[in-house]
Amino acid sequence: MSRRTSLVWLQSGGCGGCSMSMLTAQAPDLISMLDTFGIDIVWHPTISLETGAEARALLSEIRDGGREIDILCVEGSVIRGPNGTGGFHRLAGTDESMFEWILALSARARHVIAVGTCAAFGGITAAAPNLTDACGLQYDGRLRGGALGADFRAGGGLPVINVAGCPTHPNWVTETLALVAMGALAAADLDQFARPRFYADRLVHQGCSRNEFYEYKASAGKLSDLGCLMEHLGCIGTQAHADCNTRAWNGEGSCTRGGYACINCTAPEFEDPGHAFLETPNIAGIPVGLPTDMPKAWFVALASLSKAATPARVRRNATADRLVAPPSVPPRRR
Amino acid sequence: MSEDGKRRLIVGPFNRVEGDLEVRLTIADGRVKRAEVVSTLFRGFERMLVGRKPEDALVFVPRICGICSVSQSVAAARMLAALGGITPAPNGERAINLIHAAENAADHLTHFNLFFMADFTRPAYEARAWHGEACRRFAAGGGTSVRRAIEARAELLNIMGLIAGHWPHTLAIQPGGVTKAPDGRDRVRLIAIARAFRAYVERALIGGSLDEFLALKDEAELADWRCAAGDGDLRFFLDIADDVGLAGLGRGQDLLMSAGAYPQDGTPLFRGGVLWRGMVMDFDDSGITEDVSHAYLTAAAPEHPFDGWTEPDMNSSAAYSFCKAPRLDGRPAEVGALARQVIGGQALVRAAYNAEGANVRSRVLARLVELARLCVALEQMAAALDPAAAFITHGAPVGTGRAFGACEAARGTLGHWIVVEKGVIRNYQLVAPTTWNFSPRDETGQPGPLERALEGTPIAPDEATPVAVQHIVRSYDPCMVCTVH
Repeated sequence: MSRRTSLVWLQSGGCGGCSMSMLTAQAPDLISMLDTFGIDIVWHPTISLETGAEARALLSEIRDGGREIDILCVEGSVIRGPNGTGGFHRLAGTDESMFEWILALSARARHVIAVGTCAAFGGITAAAPNLTDACGLQYDGRLRGGALGADFRAGGGLPVINVAGCPTHPNWVTETLALVAMGALAAADLDQFARPRFYADRLVHQGCSRNEFYEYKASAGKLSDLGCLMEHLGCIGTQAHADCNTRAWNGEGSCTRGGYACINCTAPEFEDPGHAFLETPNIAGIPVGLPTDMPKAWFVALASLSKAATPARVRRNATADRLVAPPSVPPRRR
Repeated sequence: MSEDGKRRLIVGPFNRVEGDLEVRLTIADGRVKRAEVVSTLFRGFERMLVGRKPEDALVFVPRICGICSVSQSVAAARMLAALGGITPAPNGERAINLIHAAENAADHLTHFNLFFMADFTRPAYEARAWHGEACRRFAAGGGTSVRRAIEARAELLNIMGLIAGHWPHTLAIQPGGVTKAPDGRDRVRLIAIARAFRAYVERALIGGSLDEFLALKDEAELADWRCAAGDGDLRFFLDIADDVGLAGLGRGQDLLMSAGAYPQDGTPLFRGGVLWRGMVMDFDDSGITEDVSHAYLTAAAPEHPFDGWTEPDMNSSAAYSFCKAPRLDGRPAEVGALARQVIGGQALVRAAYNAEGANVRSRVLARLVELARLCVALEQMAAALDPAAAFITHGAPVGTGRAFGACEAARGTLGHWIVVEKGVIRNYQLVAPTTWNFSPRDETGQPGPLERALEGTPIAPDEATPVAVQHIVRSYDPCMVCTVH
């Protein structure tokens, strides 16, 4: 690989958790991964040496066109308030808002990547009442537009690439960076919310370790139960676009493996579901949100059939916090 | 240089801290005369929570901060337990402590290797004998110690994949315990991770036996140990600290505070308290007030957090920061690993504090001592998990009431306060560690702890990014996203 890829990372109105998560990349670790794909960190708030005047000089040089960058990553929502001034988030050491810096630097980058749901869609920072008028780089919730506008295209021709997630899996970010560095990420590789399809065309439900309980609608009744979390405990993994259960987190984890619901954190407006996060709203016992692409009548029919067919083992385990009924061993066939 | 012979310097954006920080300095006669510490980001979490159900706080508060995410969850879970009168299952408490200790250990490791030591690679230190070695070990993003630390941290945080789903931002931590009951195999895997992490810390950081290091009782024993110890980064830091004079930089408050850390069956691993004029008193939140006189917030008298409110106001006349100024009985307090280990009675840290007070060296030493202690604790906590016992107790929703919960984040005392009416949150206030350490002035003009610690710091005439200021600021391991939230 001859040409190196330069990366600048800004932290806007967020928690920094996507950077913290990225640092947990394993096999290979983050530094090796970036190095392998020829990605040079020109500036990252957590990693770089340059601070204060040095960092200001560097960012100003890029803004003024004196230095080209290949990738601008923005983590955190864009804070537009109060009254469109961006004053609720001033870039420390300067007189300008982070909002203004993001507009200026986005215009200089070949690719702009929103890291995390905040930067992509507004996310938690934009939760009601959204005092800070927070939004995403190119989306305001589900609505295209956001801070840069619906028509924005980075120098390389793509819209903002939305690596959504709260937090992002470390390798959603590192693999997106690597694909961009290789020139292997095109518009067709992004879904309708501009999320990389390599992880957003999967559903959290796929590979969920509770799938046998789901098949029989053998539901958990309370947190810590082993059963399916969809019917009572707020899980929307059947609708959530991400590969959390086919690629593990921190070794071998995921939300559902940790015993709690998928809250669809890769989606716009996940922060305001209109009900308590760990409760499933239902009408006459049927969950309001149905599995992706499943007709309601079929869901109701299958659910009642599978509930009737639930093996005793599955039913017992569903409401226990550890395995109480092991699977039987089939008798030897003669 | 202005006409009055004073130089004004704005240092920012301050990186290798979590979040947004600016430090404004007035310099006269080569020293800092006055410092203003500025938080430049407001997000409004306290207001987001108003009108939601209390348990939804567990979705929002970890997302205040990507580095102290678990600490936020733990403080909120304790607050909700107090609200609902829930006594956590002892095994659940153990699992929460393990998750929390893993985050705090990871944070200390990150601070030392990624945030703090990089400043010794600066050209300003080129003439020092140790500079080349500092660059080899701690070059930002590429030093040998930095790379090893990133790998060890990722392996340590595999604890989260086993019992917390993932990190950051878990929902596994609940008022009554945890949502997953680890089995015998999980327990063995947790012990394996803890032992591997300890081996890394002994090899890379301590350069020898962790038990021998933790048995040191005073500076004299530490000096002997340094002569005999292997080539760990701790010894390297102590050599640099002597050469640069880090013990003389960043003199802190005489009031230290800790809420106590890792309680198990009513007894914390590190006891809490308030140290004031040599006396340790019990920690009690009733003496805490938050002052908004210098914050971009609507004017109000200092209030206890139960009665506080957060309303941004950019036109507030004396304001220079979004941070409120918390005070304990009217005084600024320093919180963090140093406070925790001094109050907790760790012999070596207490000796260092008694000799020279809170300063850059004693803060970093305390953090590394605590990291060593956490290595021991992680394995003990994992081994004590009982795969046959309950990991959670369940409570009922609360209609009306108010409650307080606290924990010790890596950076110090974190408190959450909630007021609930008719099943929804009416007020939510939180005071984070760096809100204490990096507070602005209060209505009496009293500077915050960092503002005071910066006064008198030597600044060379040509310095635009004063290196001593870097050391002092980072010695607190600030987390600015928590600070204003």
